[in-house]
Amino acid sequence: MANAVLHVADVHKSFGGLRALSDIDLQVMEGTTHAIIGPNGAGKSTLLNVCIGRIAPDTGAVVFDGQVITGKQPHEINQMGVVRVFQTPEIFPDLSLLHNVMVPAFAKRDGSFRLNALQVTSRQTAIREEAEHWLEDVGLYKQRETLAASLSRGDKRRLELAMGLVQHPRLLLLDEPTAGMSRHDTNSTIDLLRKFKERGMTKVIIEHDMHVVFSLADRVTVLAQGRIIADGKPDEVRGNPVVQEAYLGGAH
Amino acid sequence: MAILRNDLVRLALFALVILTMPIWLAPIGAAYPDLMQKIAIYGIFAIGFNILFGMTGYLSFGHAAFLGVGSYAAVWSFKLLTMSVIPAVLFAVVVAGLFAAVIGFVSLRRSGIYFSILTLAFAQMSYNLAYSVLTPITNGETGLQLALGDPRILDRAFTDAGSGIPPPNLLGEELSGLSGFFFCAALLILCFYLAMRIDRSPFGMMLKAIKSNQTRMAYTGFNTRPYTLAAFIISGMYAGLAGGLLAATDPLAGAERMQWTASGEVVLMTILGGVGTLVGPVVGAGVIKYFENIFSAFHEAKLHEAFSFLPDGLENFFVTITAPFVGEGWHLTLGVVFMLIVIFLPGGLMEGVRKIRNAFTRKPASREETGRLAPAE
Amino acid sequence: MGRPPADGMRLLHFPARGGNIMDQFVLQLLNGLDKGAAYALIALGLTLVFGTLGVVNFAHGALFMIGAFCAVVFSRLLQLETVTVDPEKLTPWGSPMEIRTPLVQAWLGDFGAFLVEWSVPLSILFAIPVMLFVGIAMERGLIRFFYRRTHAEQILVTFGLAIVLQEIVKANFGANPIPVATPPALSGSADVGTWIGLGSIYYPWWRLIYLGFALVVVGLVISFLRFTTYGMVVRAGMEDRQTVGFLGIDIQRRFTVVFAIAAVVAGVAGVMYTPIVPPNYNIGMDFLVLSFVVVVVGGMGSVSGAVLAGFLLGILQSFAAMNEIKNIIPGIDQVIIYLVAVVVLLTMPRGLLGRKGVMER
Repeated sequence: MANAVLHVADVHKSFGGLRALSDIDLQVMEGTTHAIIGPNGAGKSTLLNVCIGRIAPDTGAVVFDGQVITGKQPHEINQMGVVRVFQTPEIFPDLSLLHNVMVPAFAKRDGSFRLNALQVTSRQTAIREEAEHWLEDVGLYKQRETLAASLSRGDKRRLELAMGLVQHPRLLLLDEPTAGMSRHDTNSTIDLLRKFKERGMTKVIIEHDMHVVFSLADRVTVLAQGRIIADGKPDEVRGNPVVQEAYLGGAH
Repeated sequence: MAILRNDLVRLALFALVILTMPIWLAPIGAAYPDLMQKIAIYGIFAIGFNILFGMTGYLSFGHAAFLGVGSYAAVWSFKLLTMSVIPAVLFAVVVAGLFAAVIGFVSLRRSGIYFSILTLAFAQMSYNLAYSVLTPITNGETGLQLALGDPRILDRAFTDAGSGIPPPNLLGEELSGLSGFFFCAALLILCFYLAMRIDRSPFGMMLKAIKSNQTRMAYTGFNTRPYTLAAFIISGMYAGLAGGLLAATDPLAGAERMQWTASGEVVLMTILGGVGTLVGPVVGAGVIKYFENIFSAFHEAKLHEAFSFLPDGLENFFVTITAPFVGEGWHLTLGVVFMLIVIFLPGGLMEGVRKIRNAFTRKPASREETGRLAPAE
Repeated sequence: MGRPPADGMRLLHFPARGGNIMDQFVLQLLNGLDKGAAYALIALGLTLVFGTLGVVNFAHGALFMIGAFCAVVFSRLLQLETVTVDPEKLTPWGSPMEIRTPLVQAWLGDFGAFLVEWSVPLSILFAIPVMLFVGIAMERGLIRFFYRRTHAEQILVTFGLAIVLQEIVKANFGANPIPVATPPALSGSADVGTWIGLGSIYYPWWRLIYLGFALVVVGLVISFLRFTTYGMVVRAGMEDRQTVGFLGIDIQRRFTVVFAIAAVVAGVAGVMYTPIVPPNYNIGMDFLVLSFVVVVVGGMGSVSGAVLAGFLLGILQSFAAMNEIKNIIPGIDQVIIYLVAVVVLLTMPRGLLGRKGVMER
């Protein structure tokens, strides 16, 4: 039996009077793709933010790979192998696409700080080839010398995906990876993510697009108003009347 | 050599341009060592400032403090140890670096304008203290000067005290006039080379990534604080070197070098030349120091001379118009030029150069296009 | 640039001589309030412009300086003289006696003499339209093109403008400070001590007037923002610029008005300041750096924060200048403001009354 890579244990979080997350207990098994779905404002993004150390939970803890990561700095959590792909593209707009992907590759190789001021970036062939490889995989290789600021929103998301994947994360957290993409790009992204599933990368994915969810997920957790209302295999969840209520009734 | 061929060419060109300054500055009346030294020294200051502001995106408004500290350190080295400039300059760099480490450690906790105000506050504190309680170290308003009775331990150990105060020297050679300029120029070239290496290194790439999107860096696995601190210290050391050289070419250090207007000046130089470019800050420093020296020395008689080729009426007219901008009023010119640059050329003079170059290279291309269209008609 | 430190540290400090500790305390408190009044008046406009227009205006000190020179120009205008020759009287050298009379006095008699004496407060009436014009011209002609540029560029262009304005004034009025007379009726000192039952403690009338004046202006601006619909929209704009834009309100026009108000406040602060320190072209810059520190300590974009921080720093600075304190911590009077700024910024990241998310990249 696979063991849990990520364990979100009894997490509560409220903003002012508003309960964003209550009583969240969630286990993500090694090598699986775990989808988190739910109506807008259900607390999905807050949950991811708790996992990467952007938001501290009021109570409870997040355990990654047997270590409590709550309270650690975001860069420490990343260095442990937890990588997040953001919903609104967070890229380096003033750098070229190639450099955008090389930066996280350096983080993977050199750790959180290294005063490598006398190396020459363009001589770092291993890193460059790795970055180019990932740009090719997300279909941005040809534009590698252009500035990231000039990309369309969909392309920025694909770039971010490459930035996440180049770090070979143990756990990849994807926040609506296909939002704003064309159907064609969505499908190629799904294919790309599937490839990683075969290689055994663990993924948590937040998604609105049910097509994406059911093509990728091994397990689905449904959040509504900050609580887990259902958890199980995709087919089980699909047939769950509570979920349908939350989506159809609760959302309106 | 672990640097690219193109960059070697660039470095060689830069060195050539700097070292031939006494030749090509002569026709515009700027080939005297004092001015050329200043250009080289402020070039170093601006290159270092650009590592922090241009690459990392932190606008320090207190960088002159490091310049001032460097000057004091160098003069103390002259007073206590020896008149040789090498220990003086090294001492200046080290002391300024340590000072920058302390100020940077505190200031870098905040970013944006808060960082600017913190650095400004520290610089103003240093400036005010240099004038008041630190007088034993800084000699207050008079400024720190050499004296006949200075210990100069190392010099005294080998030679007897002469009758006067000896001038600063480099390996026994007296450092004055052109030799002083070449010493500063050599260090400027070295500093340019180091800045270029930083720019082309993974470390430099991280600095630029921090400027571009600092929050993202943390989620990419980087601890940004040591990166920004390293950039701050490096740029503080550049400023310290510049301060040390100011003292080496004229062994005197005053607190006015630390005032916020002096910090503003290096910002102006960097912006004027082009933020984030390697050569820009040096160009900016050169232009400002040139204007400062040449324009402020102009007066009405000289203007009449300059416009003497015009008919009398026009001559007087032009003299009246230009008179407020020269001599005492050269700051007015500086202010106007400054506004024009920021309004119309936010990328500085280097962007202007690039635009002109593009205009020339694009012309043939567009002609080609029209040529291709022609047969279709 | 080789002059001794002449920033606000040395400005506006009425020397407190002798006396017991209580007298000292009262005097320093008054001194501090006076300094605070000047800081608050300049910082008020600075923070208002920042909060609404999102512009960091380094030319704000120059507005203060222009105001001060309005007072200079106005009093010079009033003192334009006619020269009449009185043939009856002879000077000791045997030439006819010249009698110089200010024109206004010649035309208006005693009322004219009154005008000459009270030229400083009256200059306010002259300065308001001038400052309105300068403010509107500055905003329409330059500042509005910089709403969307980076703060660094805003700082640089306004810094350039400040230099230009300074140099223009320097070219016309010279570099030396120009004394402006206090109205004779107010040139003495008030016995503040007797008022509060502490014996005789004298403090100059004009400084007390300045303090009162500052409080009135601060009160006017704050009530304008708080109690008028116009001001409420401006305040809403400070909270959330985009939303106000969506409401279909002519934001541009309000920006101009806000900038003009800030210019007038800085200008009248400069006018009233002239009897305390004779203005020269550089007086604005001396205040600018300190006002910036005040604004940041108060919280960028917070009007009440700027006023609070202004008075707070002014008072702290005055007390740090007391010998009793200086003997314990040497040099504290030189650094106290900056030290407080550092401590506030490190412990309260947004200043005393700042809001979240302002100016944080």
